[in-house]
Amino acid sequence: MVETILPLSVENAVVRRRGKVLVGPINAEVSETGLTIVMGPNGAGKTTLLRLLHGMERLASGGQLKWQVPEPQARGQQGFLFQAPIMMRRSALENVAYPLTVHGVSRKDARKQAAEWLARVGLQDSADKQATVLSGGERQKLALARALIRQPQILFLDEPCANLDGRATREFEALLHSVHEEGTRIVMSTHDIGQARRLAQDVWFIHHGQILEATSAELFFEDPKSKEARAFLKGDIIE
Amino acid sequence: MKMGPLLALTLWALSTVSAQAESLKMAVTTSFHNSGLAEVLLPEIQKDTGIEVQLLVVGTGQALRLGEAGDVDAILVHSKAAEEEFVLGGFGVHRREIMFNDFVFVGPSADPAGIAGAASATEALGLIAQNGASFVSRGDDSGTHKKELGLWADAGIDAEARAVSWYKEAGAGMGASLNTASGLNAYIMTDRASWLKFGNKGDLALLYAGDPALFNQYAYLPVSPEMHGHVKAELALQLEDWLVSDRARDLIDGYVLEGGRLFVFNAKR
Amino acid sequence: MNDILAGLLHAAHLIFTLDADLIEISLRSLRVTLSAVLVSSLIGLPLGCWLAVQRFRFRRLVIATLNALMGLPPVVVGLIVYLLLSRSGPFGVFGLLFTPTAMIIAQVVILTPLIASISHQAIRDLWAEYHDLLISLNTTRRQRIMTLLWDGRRALLTASLAGFGRGIGEVGAIMIVGGNIDHATRVLTTAISLETGKGNFALALALGFILIGLAVAVNLIIHSLSRTEVSGRW
Repeated sequence: MVETILPLSVENAVVRRRGKVLVGPINAEVSETGLTIVMGPNGAGKTTLLRLLHGMERLASGGQLKWQVPEPQARGQQGFLFQAPIMMRRSALENVAYPLTVHGVSRKDARKQAAEWLARVGLQDSADKQATVLSGGERQKLALARALIRQPQILFLDEPCANLDGRATREFEALLHSVHEEGTRIVMSTHDIGQARRLAQDVWFIHHGQILEATSAELFFEDPKSKEARAFLKGDIIE
Repeated sequence: MKMGPLLALTLWALSTVSAQAESLKMAVTTSFHNSGLAEVLLPEIQKDTGIEVQLLVVGTGQALRLGEAGDVDAILVHSKAAEEEFVLGGFGVHRREIMFNDFVFVGPSADPAGIAGAASATEALGLIAQNGASFVSRGDDSGTHKKELGLWADAGIDAEARAVSWYKEAGAGMGASLNTASGLNAYIMTDRASWLKFGNKGDLALLYAGDPALFNQYAYLPVSPEMHGHVKAELALQLEDWLVSDRARDLIDGYVLEGGRLFVFNAKR
Repeated sequence: MNDILAGLLHAAHLIFTLDADLIEISLRSLRVTLSAVLVSSLIGLPLGCWLAVQRFRFRRLVIATLNALMGLPPVVVGLIVYLLLSRSGPFGVFGLLFTPTAMIIAQVVILTPLIASISHQAIRDLWAEYHDLLISLNTTRRQRIMTLLWDGRRALLTASLAGFGRGIGEVGAIMIVGGNIDHATRVLTTAISLETGKGNFALALALGFILIGLAVAVNLIIHSLSRTEVSGRW
């Protein structure tokens, strides 16, 4: 049995680029279960925050990420969906199988599991198509299957529905819901307030690279504490 | 990707690229090769002695360098002074004269300098210089080039007197220089064989030949096995024996190109 | 115009009569250049890929040098390889000068920077695309390079074919290190050079047309071989 890597605690984490602070200092904890939505206006640092949690950003000295297991083991237990899904120049099936084959699973087993995951996200008929010819919604579902095939304990999603139409968004949310039901910890960013209301159990509201509120969804939508969050929820432009 | 055919292609490309028979490398001059005599002699040599002679066709200067470096087993060139120096330097076992052919002057068929009636080669060059008629020189330090420079010296026309306006140094082999002369419609000194075989004569015509000063002695020099242990000295001596044999004499003297005899066998036995 | 027509006719004649000498030197041309392309690809493709993936101190300098080496004059390469392989040079004991092997070595020196440079450019773009995904999937550098080489194989094939194009038409270096020996190291380009020197423009041109035809044929064959498995397109 694999050790659980959660909770993750973040201490004093700062990401700088060319001397400018993009995000931080962040002090937070990602609990063992739940579905956290990261909200905030464009440019608030949502993407950088998710990448930071996934270990893809170099932290300024003094900051750290603490999983319950050492870093290399923790890495294998995380999945990440990028806003613009990265499609490898291979068939849909081989895209999904890639995380397994690259980590030593036999080609036959990997393809079998990949076919199951493709069926789960409704892409069984596209298995042999080149991934790059798929539509936006199909790509995001393919990326989801690829991120989940190693059965991570936690899945990060960076505005996965930003470029999807209503129907694709509905399908994607349903998939996400069932993944969460099965026990995968989810941290997802969005600036779509409606989506946040539909999915969130917890909300992190960030602005100018800082977490201004980290609270339950109920409390956040009923009674936001900061004036920025109130303005954001009202639909005002905030600077 | 279908790997099968690509793999087959790869294996073929990498399979033994050269089949080694009993072969001997000999550096010869462009003029000798252009004569076409090699194409008559080489198959006969292989038939009689079993030696496959691989010819490196270069200028005399480079042929001597190849021998000095030990990159060939023997050389067949035509520049007596340089050859004697080669033997003196210990690079060659000895120098064996085999045969001679001759140089000729060709030029525009109208012969503006009037060299056709010249009494000697040096007089012909004098006429060209006097008239400032275009003249193409090999300019590549080859045996032919050295011979030409020697003739200018004999004619008393030194380098400064040969103005760039009419004296063009091609810096190229015989064929390329002939192409240049044909393009410029200029005079040029060439060995007779290269001229006869040349396919791009244009308006050029053979204007002057016959002066003994224009004779061109070929000599065979085996590379010294004392200097370079790896050279095929025995094969080189076998080849030399063949080159001075009656069989070689008949083939060399009997070689005819475009109706004319090219070489005179004069090896001493 | 007459010369060109005569060249075409001569080329047709040589091909339809299956001229033995022509076939011999054409096959030798192919062997020498294909071998050189193969060796250069084995060095150049991973090198280009590695340079795209790996950050190190003198990376820019190495890439700039590589790009500059693409323009190496073949004559200079030929001369250097000649001096190295000459009996009186450091590698003289192997007796490689004036053999097809020497020609392959010279061409490898010429083609490797070209293939590495083109593949570096292609892989750099692919790496920019895949970077986040491969980092996220916790891959090692070796796994990244293998993935990029495989997924970029179409572009890499183009790099190798560019190498083939340069190699098959190259004359300066192989003339010097091969010596243009009949039945041993004569290839199409050196034969063209020789026939031009003799003023046999028709034959030289005929060989030239055959060289061009051969280059086109090899490109077509390799493209069609590499396309057989592909169902989709991108």
